[in-house]
Amino acid sequence: MKRRKFDLAAVPGNSAVALDDRFQVATPLRRLLNKVFPDHWSFLLGEIALFSFIVLLLTGTFLTFFFEPSMTEVVYDGSYAPLRGTPMSAAYASSLDLSFEVRGGLIMRQMHHWAALLFMAAIVVHMLRVFFTGAFRKPRETNWIIGSLLFWVGFLAGFTGYSLPDDGLSGTGLRIASAIMLSIPVIGSWVTSSIFGGEFPGTIIISRFFIAHVLLIPALLLALISVHLGLVFKQKHTQWPGPGRTNGNVVGERMFPRYAIKQGGFFMVVFGVIALMGGLFQINPIWLFGPYEAWVVSAASQPDWYVMFLDGSTRLMPAWQINIPIGDGYVIPPLFWPTVVLPGILVGLSTLYPFLEARHLKDRKSHNLLQRPRDVPARTAAGAMAVSFYVVLTLSGANDVIADKFQISLNAMTWAGRIGLLIVPPLAYYVTYRLCLGLQQHDREVLAHGVETGIIRRMPDGRFVEVHQPLSAAPHGDGHGELEYTGWVVPKKMNRLGALGPAVRGFFYPIEKPAEAPVSPGHPPVEPRPEREEIGSGESRR
Amino acid sequence: MTSENDRPRGLLARLRGRPAARSRGRRRLGAAVRLLAALALAGGAYTLFAPGAQAQDSAPLSGAAAEGKALFDVSCVTCHGRNAQGVEGRGPSLIGVGAASVEFQVSSGRMPLARQEAQAHRKPPLFTDEQTRQLAQYIQELGGGPVVPEGDNLHEEGNVAAGGELFRINCSQCHAFGGGGGALSSGKFAPSLRPASDRQIYAAMLSGPQNMPVFGDNQLRPDQKADIIAYIQETLKHDQDPGGFNLGRYGPSTEGLAIFLVGIVALVFASLWIAGKS
Repeated sequence: MKRRKFDLAAVPGNSAVALDDRFQVATPLRRLLNKVFPDHWSFLLGEIALFSFIVLLLTGTFLTFFFEPSMTEVVYDGSYAPLRGTPMSAAYASSLDLSFEVRGGLIMRQMHHWAALLFMAAIVVHMLRVFFTGAFRKPRETNWIIGSLLFWVGFLAGFTGYSLPDDGLSGTGLRIASAIMLSIPVIGSWVTSSIFGGEFPGTIIISRFFIAHVLLIPALLLALISVHLGLVFKQKHTQWPGPGRTNGNVVGERMFPRYAIKQGGFFMVVFGVIALMGGLFQINPIWLFGPYEAWVVSAASQPDWYVMFLDGSTRLMPAWQINIPIGDGYVIPPLFWPTVVLPGILVGLSTLYPFLEARHLKDRKSHNLLQRPRDVPARTAAGAMAVSFYVVLTLSGANDVIADKFQISLNAMTWAGRIGLLIVPPLAYYVTYRLCLGLQQHDREVLAHGVETGIIRRMPDGRFVEVHQPLSAAPHGDGHGELEYTGWVVPKKMNRLGALGPAVRGFFYPIEKPAEAPVSPGHPPVEPRPEREEIGSGESRR
Repeated sequence: MTSENDRPRGLLARLRGRPAARSRGRRRLGAAVRLLAALALAGGAYTLFAPGAQAQDSAPLSGAAAEGKALFDVSCVTCHGRNAQGVEGRGPSLIGVGAASVEFQVSSGRMPLARQEAQAHRKPPLFTDEQTRQLAQYIQELGGGPVVPEGDNLHEEGNVAAGGELFRINCSQCHAFGGGGGALSSGKFAPSLRPASDRQIYAAMLSGPQNMPVFGDNQLRPDQKADIIAYIQETLKHDQDPGGFNLGRYGPSTEGLAIFLVGIVALVFASLWIAGKS
């Protein structure tokens, strides 16, 4: 009998063939693995959000094993002594047990919360990158809209999430949310009583928020993220202009192996940062807030940072109440404007921005090349205006903490916020616009006259002139051959000439010695500094 | 005979029908005597029963209070006035604030005040414990008022769980859930509880310094006060944070700061590093 020899090396190939025979995956897979992604650090910001979403799913699943979404009243008898014997909801008690009894529960809870903050922060930072580089332009408007929706859905995910433990702080937030819903004219009271199942707080809200938080909202997020990524694949990633890069191609690395390995590594880094923060920094210490009671409202009660701008707008809003004398009389409370109308305007403006800009510029072309922020001063300045508006609102949301810790009057903080909200954004617009123009002008200057060499030459008549190194051979012989601006970095330092990358390689420390400087004719070669010798006064010193 | 018949018989009859024979002069003299007697009686009763200012002044101060008065007349009199009656626009009267108030204000360094502003700040105390006691004794003997019980440890009997509940209901509105303090209107604030001693917290509850409401023994019984102090001293101050560095216990505002300063900064550097590896 002839023994068949088992060839281990042929196993992967054979099984791949076997799989392909059955599922015909080779062609689409090849297409996918050969996909080219442009490489720039700013293209990795969205991945931070994606990876923290994965961490959220993993840690969140762990938490659901131990969390009890019920408002049944129990008396706490766990290991945290300062709450023992206190009546509380089962949701709060199980959150305490998660923190103090379940092994690894506290770090999971803290990682989940930090990952949520990071998810929202990365969305915002990624959105700023897309905005300021013009990556949202045709054909990518849909992806911009999905991205802004992701922020608002993430906002809801965060709010329903930090309301679940039913502690004093989250109950205060829920009370404010119910007040916001109540402030909506005509339908407010129906909306509130249908969500809370009657009067606030009722007995059902935690279980409803739970199913929204662990099923509906994550499903929506997952769907939006999938479409978002699918569109990036379909429409291809934008790239910076540069040598060999045009509106019609993509220059970068293939998906496999380099890009995939880099992404895998980056996922590990994101996971590591979240785990470190979860282990090192305490977040949302629910045991200090105590169980929610309607009469317990602590100082420094703020929502998480991505909701804080709404808290800020509420704090800044003057108490302007509108009474409508129809029938028994209707009232539009002042809360309606900063918490319902303002977010409505923000959602509308942010989603429609690509269309507004294209309409304004009468721009119907497709754009696959990014723009440097300085080259589009109006957009950059408008973005700075939006950022400063948001920052003023967010700081006002924490104005009591700032007032207390920096010993400023709270009233002064409120008025600074009110005036700042009107003054700072236009100021930011103006300053940013001028900065952009200044940077543009300097780029053009270098292209026309060359790089500053730092050499000052004295002319025979006594004048001093600075010697510039032109970037190209002068076509006219007078040293002034103006180069065309290509929308990319213009070298401005002598040691950056000749290559777009830094002259000394290495990120944290140089990994290679700088190359020998080329010796220009007419100048003697520069001698290295002689080694210093120790000069002693004889043997006695030693 | 007529005179015999006219004269009324018996006391009642005499009161009923007064003889017209008494002269006007005698009536006036009687009225004057009665008035004088009434005045003398009222004055005498007043001097006997009413503790007048003169009576207080003449009452001898105890030794400690006399020492306290000497300190008061050097350090406090500018704003609180002679005999602690207060000076309009500078300092309130201290009559009736009690030793508790003096102990809180002086031992925490708030008094003497550095300058007139929205609220006094905690400073290193100017007076020693002994001097503080003397000042407190002086104010106590001047006008009475609440007194902190004896002893440095006032929370021995306290129950942290009950104290926590009371703290969240009564204190956290201003001093915040972690006892770190919070802002009030127009530059006023609820101070951090971290540097406060048992006696200072007790004195503050009794006397309601600055913007704090008074929590007299009718609002919070002494044992409830002990519970609250136990929660502050044992849970808020001496409990280690199980979750790691507590970011100052300022709630979500410093957490938001941390995610940008630590999380986003670290990951932007990581992405710069990874993207640079091409």
